[in-house]
Amino acid sequence: MSGPGSMASGAAAGSADGPADAARAPEQALFPPGFSVSEIKNKQRRHFMFLRWKQQQRKDKLANKRKRKKEREALGDKAPPKPVPKTIENQRVYDETTVDPNDEEVAFDESTDEFAPYFNRQTVPRILITTSDRPRGRTVRFCEQLSTIIPNSHVYYRRGLALKRIIPQCISRDFTDLIVINEDRKIPNGLVLSHLPDGPTAHFRMSSVRLRKEIKRKGKAPTEHQPEVILNNFTTRLGHSIGRMFASLFPHDPQFIGRQVATFHNQRDYIFFRFHRYIFKSEKKVGIQELGPRFTLKLRSLQKGTFDSKFGEYEWIHKTLLMWSCYCLAGKVG
Amino acid sequence: MHSDDVVWDSLGNKQFCSYKIKTKTHNFCRNEYNLTGLCNRSSCPLANSQYATIKEEKGQCYLYMKTIERAAFPSRLWERVRLSKNYEKALEEIDENLIYWPRFIRHKCKQRFTKITQYLIRIRKLTLKRQRKLIPLSKKVERREKRREEKALIAAQLDNAIEKELLERLKQETYGDIYNFPIHAFDKALEQQDAESEAESDTEEKEEEEGDEDADKREFVEVEESDLSDFEDMDKLATSSEEEQDDKSSSEEEEREMAERTCHSKSKGKAPVKGPARTKRAYIEIEYEQEIEPASKSKAA
Repeated sequence: MSGPGSMASGAAAGSADGPADAARAPEQALFPPGFSVSEIKNKQRRHFMFLRWKQQQRKDKLANKRKRKKEREALGDKAPPKPVPKTIENQRVYDETTVDPNDEEVAFDESTDEFAPYFNRQTVPRILITTSDRPRGRTVRFCEQLSTIIPNSHVYYRRGLALKRIIPQCISRDFTDLIVINEDRKIPNGLVLSHLPDGPTAHFRMSSVRLRKEIKRKGKAPTEHQPEVILNNFTTRLGHSIGRMFASLFPHDPQFIGRQVATFHNQRDYIFFRFHRYIFKSEKKVGIQELGPRFTLKLRSLQKGTFDSKFGEYEWIHKTLLMWSCYCLAGKVG
Repeated sequence: MHSDDVVWDSLGNKQFCSYKIKTKTHNFCRNEYNLTGLCNRSSCPLANSQYATIKEEKGQCYLYMKTIERAAFPSRLWERVRLSKNYEKALEEIDENLIYWPRFIRHKCKQRFTKITQYLIRIRKLTLKRQRKLIPLSKKVERREKRREEKALIAAQLDNAIEKELLERLKQETYGDIYNFPIHAFDKALEQQDAESEAESDTEEKEEEEGDEDADKREFVEVEESDLSDFEDMDKLATSSEEEQDDKSSSEEEEREMAERTCHSKSKGKAPVKGPARTKRAYIEIEYEQEIEPASKSKAA
């Protein structure tokens, strides 16, 4: 009785000692080199060893950090510059379709493309905003707010009409752009922007829509002044054409008195739209206050003619819709 | 066992028929050759050796018939006749093929044929209208996109980017004369002078002029501030006044802008620039002085 009992207790003591032992004399004592934690068959023990390994890693990392900090302080001014962390923006492979501002070919293209009349001030933008069938309250309110932001725009209800029939009517009534907001399960989730007299059609997926009342610390309602437009990071050819498309929504001459600015900021293929009122406190400081709705767009396809889903000629489609890799708006990531 | 009654008695009525679906009110028959769709003695294709149906395939209607003579050859059991696309002609064809057949089957065949043609017409009309296409969303893709959007938002640092862009535009003088920041212009002029000679006197000049500007600011701001408290009101007043005087009388506009800015910074509670704080204090001091003077005079008296 005592024998097995003692043996059992001995074994228990042994196992209790085992981890302690191992703690004192880690891998090199007990395990052959090249041994990794995942080779232990016993799940509990493996888990335990893994946790211990993790703790060790963390300790090492902290120790390294402290050592490096001490060295940096010791060196003082002679310390080498801090290493810059890698971000996606840093690692981007240079995309050859990036537009060089002095590129003649691009300039020539742009002077003869569909937006040339706008940029030559021959046409005044006039926008028609509509939705998909039977819009719900949120979409309707979003459309209204959008029409207050974009000057010279009108909202019309869809009432089940086919887009292909709407478009000739719009053209005959002198509209320059058509915006269709697609709705799914009571929230707006898509945007089709079509430049009317024969212009390109861009189809976006829309997300994070915030109406005016959901924005914190917002200012008063946007006034009727024509806002300025900021387009950030539309660098490649594709980005350039999309940027011009957005620019052609707003009238050419912003009224600086109104101090309103609409921003389309492209980051990693997501276009963030914001509408602010700004004020210059000094020549080095500006304060901005957000009014107006905000939303995020992601381009899904760009089509050459007006909206035609079956027979249209697609200039660009997002790769998940097409299964092979295409350009991004701001360059591929290396 | 091919007597219809026997079949009906055993399968249809009492025992199990795999085509039969029972609901609260009716019994339905799932057999593809069934004429009416109900499970009846007269509509059961198993329990009637002389039977006919209308079936539709890709827009074409066919009349299927089965007779007792072919009951022994299951593969040749059903005979198929293509019906004409013309409605009346097809009805005549049905009549012609089912001549001498029981009234019930003839009638039901014609009824079924009518219904089929009606729904075919509807299909053709609907395909001409807008088709709503349902695109399945992949949850994995959605989740991935959402996560990437959040990260892109953080990486974008929108406020900073917008502010930087606005300041750039200000520097490049796209706003023209609206915002007249003399300090900026002075810096430029001073850089030129510095390049020539006399660094110290220039800096002195600069400080003096800054002081003057502040004095100007201070004077005018007092008058304006007394009338208006809220930034928004200030805004409206500023815009309306600017709209009235269309042409730029630069000094007036500049001063109003300064006043706006001071009010704005006060109301927003941002880091106060030295100017407004100083001006505020100046305003209060002057009032206080005025009040005290008569009191002292009276006391003296």
